[in-house]
Amino acid sequence: MRALEPWVVQPLETFLAESAARLTLLMTASGQVVAQHGFSRSLDVMSAAALGAGIVASTEELARLMGASRFEALVHHGQRQSCMLAAFATPRGRWIGLVVFGPETSVGIVRLFFDQMVQQLAAVAPREQPQPPMLAENFETELNASLKALFGR
Amino acid sequence: MTATQTALDRVTRVAGVRGALVVDAADGLVVAEQLMDGVDGQAAAALAGSLVGRLVRTAESAGLRPPAFVHLRGDAGSVLAAPGPDELVLVAVVGPDANLGLARLEMIGAAGRLA
Repeated sequence: MRALEPWVVQPLETFLAESAARLTLLMTASGQVVAQHGFSRSLDVMSAAALGAGIVASTEELARLMGASRFEALVHHGQRQSCMLAAFATPRGRWIGLVVFGPETSVGIVRLFFDQMVQQLAAVAPREQPQPPMLAENFETELNASLKALFGR
Repeated sequence: MTATQTALDRVTRVAGVRGALVVDAADGLVVAEQLMDGVDGQAAAALAGSLVGRLVRTAESAGLRPPAFVHLRGDAGSVLAAPGPDELVLVAVVGPDANLGLARLEMIGAAGRLA
């Protein structure tokens, strides 16, 4: 498990231990990765983050069109593994969690401990202002730095 | 009244029972519930569903028949679970003063009629 911000580590480690999730990705609403567990290639992380952020944006817009409040979570059930996508509020803004899990656990367990992780993240998040939006000229440098931190190379 | 509702009514009528749920053991999600305030149905469903699912798999691995009733006792009460058909599980959260014998009888009878 690797995280860009150290205060994310403990809540995420607890979640991983309790939920038995295979893959987990925490990212901002725009798809910027904050922490990952289980991914071995940076390309996979980038793709998953972009797709996850896009799906959440789509479902939130769908909810708005239906006159509903935001969907809490989206779960794709599969034969071998399933995927849960959930957006949540943090003191650092709106984040998204993408969790892939297998039959060794259940969606109920994953949801239960994911909700606990969200509460823990809200409790331990530093109160300083979030970083300013990333500028286009810094994008590649920031991206490479993030990937290096997330994969250690 | 549905079979699920009837099952919950039978269990929650027993003295000391603080709530009952029908849980999908495969997903650990609540199918139906009758709970007193303060009982976390989502947590009870997820954990009881996981527990029963693991016990069933453990029994099968050991060449045994799946459990007909599970009693998890704690300091402040117990969690009871009775597996039914279609991976449904009838779960009850009971206080320390509950009539466990009657709760067990009602749960085993009601779980068999879940569908």
